[in-house]
Amino acid sequence: MIGRLIRGGFDRTSWIFLTVLFGVTLGVAILNLGPEPGSTMHLSTFVVSVLGKYLTYALLAISVDLVWGYCGVLSLGHGAFFALGGYAMGMHLMREIGPRGVYGNPILPDFMVFLDWQELPWFWLGFDMFWFAALMVIVVPGVLAFIFGWFAFRSRVTGVYLSIITQALTYALMLAFFRNDMGFGGNNGLTDFKDILGFSLQSDATRVGLLIASAVALAIGFMISKAVTASKLGKVLIAVRDAEHRTRFLGYRAENYKLMIWTLSACIAGVAGALYVPQVGIINPSEFAPANSIEIVIWVAIGGRGTLAGAALGAVLVNFGKTIFTGLFPEFWLFMLGGMFVLVTLFLPKGIIGFFVNLKEKWRASRPPQSMPQEGD
Amino acid sequence: MDSKTAILYLENVNVSFDGFQALNDLSLSIRPGEMRAIIGPNGAGKTTMMDVITGKTRPDSGRVLFNDVHNLARMDETDIATLGIGRKFQKPTEFENHTVNDNILLALSAGRGVWQTLFAETSARENERIDEVLHIIRLDAVRHNASANLSHGQKQWLEIGMLLAQDPKLLLVDEPVAGMTDSETSETARLLREIAEHHSVVVVEHDMDFVRDLDVEVTVLHEGAAIAEGSLDYVSKSERVIEVYLGR
Repeated sequence: MIGRLIRGGFDRTSWIFLTVLFGVTLGVAILNLGPEPGSTMHLSTFVVSVLGKYLTYALLAISVDLVWGYCGVLSLGHGAFFALGGYAMGMHLMREIGPRGVYGNPILPDFMVFLDWQELPWFWLGFDMFWFAALMVIVVPGVLAFIFGWFAFRSRVTGVYLSIITQALTYALMLAFFRNDMGFGGNNGLTDFKDILGFSLQSDATRVGLLIASAVALAIGFMISKAVTASKLGKVLIAVRDAEHRTRFLGYRAENYKLMIWTLSACIAGVAGALYVPQVGIINPSEFAPANSIEIVIWVAIGGRGTLAGAALGAVLVNFGKTIFTGLFPEFWLFMLGGMFVLVTLFLPKGIIGFFVNLKEKWRASRPPQSMPQEGD
Repeated sequence: MDSKTAILYLENVNVSFDGFQALNDLSLSIRPGEMRAIIGPNGAGKTTMMDVITGKTRPDSGRVLFNDVHNLARMDETDIATLGIGRKFQKPTEFENHTVNDNILLALSAGRGVWQTLFAETSARENERIDEVLHIIRLDAVRHNASANLSHGQKQWLEIGMLLAQDPKLLLVDEPVAGMTDSETSETARLLREIAEHHSVVVVEHDMDFVRDLDVEVTVLHEGAAIAEGSLDYVSKSERVIEVYLGR
């Protein structure tokens, strides 16, 4: 049953996507670890970390594309699920510092010692174990999304109203995490991480390991999304997106479908956040900023909504542009991002991927048909 | 006729929107296997009646019984659809980004749960059934086209095909021939008569020629109440109906 579901998601785009993903990842990994630093072939560890960060963004973009592209739920709050996954991982990394902190307290993270706390709050218990933290990376965003979605979809909040309450959700979380007495490090967040699973976060090998882990997570997230959207459930999702009323009159509970894909999407976003944190070395409440969540939607729109691979491509391209241009002309980046969004919306309504699909179709149409195309069921 | 022998039984149903009485003590009953045409001028409450039966609108008062046991006034769209009431809307609302084939597939009676659809595999029997439906609605040739590219008439037929695939006990068909050419209209009448052989059908329509073509019992609605019932010839002789249609 599961096997058939996964096979259903394998098509030509999947192969191209996975080949490019692992080709680039392994290429970068080898060029970083193989040649001696200083040789012309050597790629710096900075490149490794930046690429790793892009891949977690790509996974985040795929999670947004799942709900927005396939189910029409425009989430402007997915940054919250990403950040929660990040915090869960950050808490584990804090516990792993142990007595090597500035204050040398074997149990309490530095910021708690600084606040004069005597013992670990209950919600920090268990995070010293990696498996527990890894579980929370999925469970915390998933449970929050489930509860939020349960109420929102059941009361049939849709369209722009839903988008607004997702913004409110992430904004509320940002304000909460800014407070010192929440126990998550206040506005400084969690940082000064030393190692992960015993490997130093400063070493090149660990960096490459994290890059490969991000690529694997992206591949798995992509394949899960592919399989789900290629199944009959995926067809129902598109039906809900295009004509929600009609699906209800056909006997489908639209809210259950939305809730399922919404929760799955939040879990994927959480995993992306968890892989992001060790690679950038910090997680703080600004990750919850409403503007971040809006930016994710722009990546998806630019890459191509409802295509999964396009969402990932959009995330990588836009962030590559961001890295380049915030270095060259930092004050113009937001104008460029806004401009790109406007241009894509006007001229490439289906994004970059849609543009290439169109080109291919035109090219096909311009050639005389050799035989009638037959499509199997 | 009482509620026991009716597949659909409406009793003193009232609906008002901001003081406007859309349905006014409406009573109506449909026998199992019957095809009934509902006619009436604009604003007579035809679509509101459909909305009440399918759970889109809650009545302020009155009873709506399906098979004498299920009180539709307390159920939502999905539950009512699951009971076996299918609806075709006035404006075609098929799933534009899906192929004709997939539209029918989604309508086919099968598990509607999230997990059921996630692991669903289209069986040979389902494919046969899709072929059958496409043949009846004459869309075999365009089965792999996106339904957005169909002509208006073809979209209406696709909607009817989706109803067939759903295989409900009762079909509610809202203005099936609006915007159709004459030949499409008579084709649709043929289709509906064919469907009525095995299903109970309620058709709402403006087009009198089409209603005459269907040759079934007619209920005339006016200001949210049924004012006449009988054959088309019979109701067109009713003074009240003439008054309503020709103005006083």
